[in-house]
Amino acid sequence: MPTFVLRRLLRLVPLLFGIVTLTFLLLQLAPGDFLSSALENPSFSPGAIDALRHRFGLDQPWYVQYGLYLKNLVLHFDLGLSFSRHEPVATVLGECLANTLLLTASAALVTWGLAVPLGAVAAVRAHSWLDRGLSWLAFVWLSIPELLSGLLLLMLAARTGWLPIGGMRSLDWDTMGPGSRVLDVARHLVLPALVTGLVPLASRMRQMRASLLDVLRLDYVVTARAKGLDERAVVLRHALPNALNPLITLFGYTLGALVSGSFVAEIVFSWPGLGRVTVEALLAQDTYLVLGGVLMASVVLVLGNLIADLLLAASDPRIVHES
Amino acid sequence: MNPEPRGPAPGPGGRAWRALRRNPPAIAGAAVLAVLGMLALFAPFLAPYAEDAIDRERFYHPPQRVRLEDLSGRFALRPAVRATRLADPQRFAYQETSTIQPLRWFVRGDHYRLFGVLATDRHLFGVDAPARVNLLGTDPSGRDVLSRLLHGAQVSLAVGLVGIALSFSLGMLLGGWAGYLGGRVDDVMMRLTELLLSIPALYLLLALRAVFPADLPSGQVYLAIVMILALLGWAGLARVIRGMVLSLRRAEFVTAAEALGMSRLRILVRHILPNTMSFVIVAATIAVPGYILGEVVLSFIGLGVQEPAASWGNMLAQARSLRVLTSFPWMLLAPGTAILVTVLAFNLFGDGLRDALDPRAVPGRASR
Repeated sequence: MPTFVLRRLLRLVPLLFGIVTLTFLLLQLAPGDFLSSALENPSFSPGAIDALRHRFGLDQPWYVQYGLYLKNLVLHFDLGLSFSRHEPVATVLGECLANTLLLTASAALVTWGLAVPLGAVAAVRAHSWLDRGLSWLAFVWLSIPELLSGLLLLMLAARTGWLPIGGMRSLDWDTMGPGSRVLDVARHLVLPALVTGLVPLASRMRQMRASLLDVLRLDYVVTARAKGLDERAVVLRHALPNALNPLITLFGYTLGALVSGSFVAEIVFSWPGLGRVTVEALLAQDTYLVLGGVLMASVVLVLGNLIADLLLAASDPRIVHES
Repeated sequence: MNPEPRGPAPGPGGRAWRALRRNPPAIAGAAVLAVLGMLALFAPFLAPYAEDAIDRERFYHPPQRVRLEDLSGRFALRPAVRATRLADPQRFAYQETSTIQPLRWFVRGDHYRLFGVLATDRHLFGVDAPARVNLLGTDPSGRDVLSRLLHGAQVSLAVGLVGIALSFSLGMLLGGWAGYLGGRVDDVMMRLTELLLSIPALYLLLALRAVFPADLPSGQVYLAIVMILALLGWAGLARVIRGMVLSLRRAEFVTAAEALGMSRLRILVRHILPNTMSFVIVAATIAVPGYILGEVVLSFIGLGVQEPAASWGNMLAQARSLRVLTSFPWMLLAPGTAILVTVLAFNLFGDGLRDALDPRAVPGRASR
């Protein structure tokens, strides 16, 4: 197992290197940069701009810039400077990443908190009207783009005033005690987490249903029933834990997918996360911030997949030996 | 099971068609898609106004109801709307007056070219100028939402369909090439797809968008969006096609073609790739909504189709303000419903198509 983990980790290195290179090249193709548009801005002195240009090698050919970027990234974990925010990219992104992960974790809670019980009910009552209704509901929900469900929920919030309509904190955040601060963020979190979390719900529900159906056909479940156990005990105590096993490995993949999924929710609800900051950076032509944002999102996706693979390997020893 | 009909055995196409016919939701989806296609094709004729026709008298005008009655409430054959007047300029509240404006058919209005060639100024319906009719209301600049919706359908559907055609051609060719040749080409191609798939789709969308200037002229913006969408989606398909070609390249018909001395590109395109077509068609149908949404998201964040040109994405972007959400909901609901219906129709049709074309599917349980 340790060698498997090590090998898996080592494979990440060329992948991450490739992602950096690809994104860097794409952004090199981009016309213009923040500094040339800053030249027209009277609040920047030409001298300061030249200094910045020199510091990042922007007056050099692209391969020199690329070398500088890689060197700073590997040696100092320095992602460059955000020209539009006058802060190091790492600082900006660190906060955004935390916000995105908070949103993602809450969304995962929504997905799994609903998928497991609903999928289980659908399996226990397989082929009933309830099962069919749930699968139809899942299908229709799958067809509602996040952008729409987000805007509709935003409209609901705006019209009823039940929940805040965006952002992460209320205006009077500074005067709040720690308890009400947590509550405040939680209230802001509800809608984006719902929008993000409901997207993978349909497929997770189907997987849960299929998994539980498979287990319910096994001999030991028949035995449990034959002993005269209560049906509820059969399902909850005996079948469910085994049915959950294959789903746990999916958790990592979901995590990665949710990072991309939270992108739209962040934009609709002005959640200060990775997606939103990357869009803003792109609009401001803040190259290093875009680069860092794309990089960070990819790292989360890749790590999510890694976790999934490791969980899979932990639950199925054959994988470790075959690869 | 029905007894098999006599006569020659149906080919795979015939069998698929028969399976599809037994699936009412899929047929409904296909019908909706056909209607949507026609609506988009004839958009400038069906729309009462041009997409950028501004009416300074009617900002935020609510949708007007078509009535089949005269002023006293008696039935009248000619559909008509009531004229309105601005009752409260601060809140943009309009009041119906007692003037009836009958809807006229084939009225003259804004000039346009149908299918880009036929110059005309006839529109399907309208009211006598200078009055205007806004069945789905107007937006903050007094432009007709229905007209923008129809013109936007052209953009959103065309961009999605062309995007997927390019992306899937690229995926089939590159994936097929990698699978057929194997070796170094295969290795490089697979590392590249792995790389592209490791970047979350919407972030890759942003990175690709960065390649083009932010303020493209409107003609080039469509091209740019199509190219972005094409580059975004090919990697996933290429991996699947590669796997399929890998198992096909040892088939006897390939060996036969090689023995005949055909060029490898010709063997790939003419003999191997056609075997993946049924999978590709299903995958493409299911993937179309994603491409349409790609344009919608890009335009929503202001990096896609720019005003005054209409697209479903920039219509949604306009609907995002708090004031619109609370007071002028039609601006969200009109493009929202259009997107929802389109996505649902593609999903239903794609699901049915998959069941119909998949020979391994168990009949009867296919619609799971």
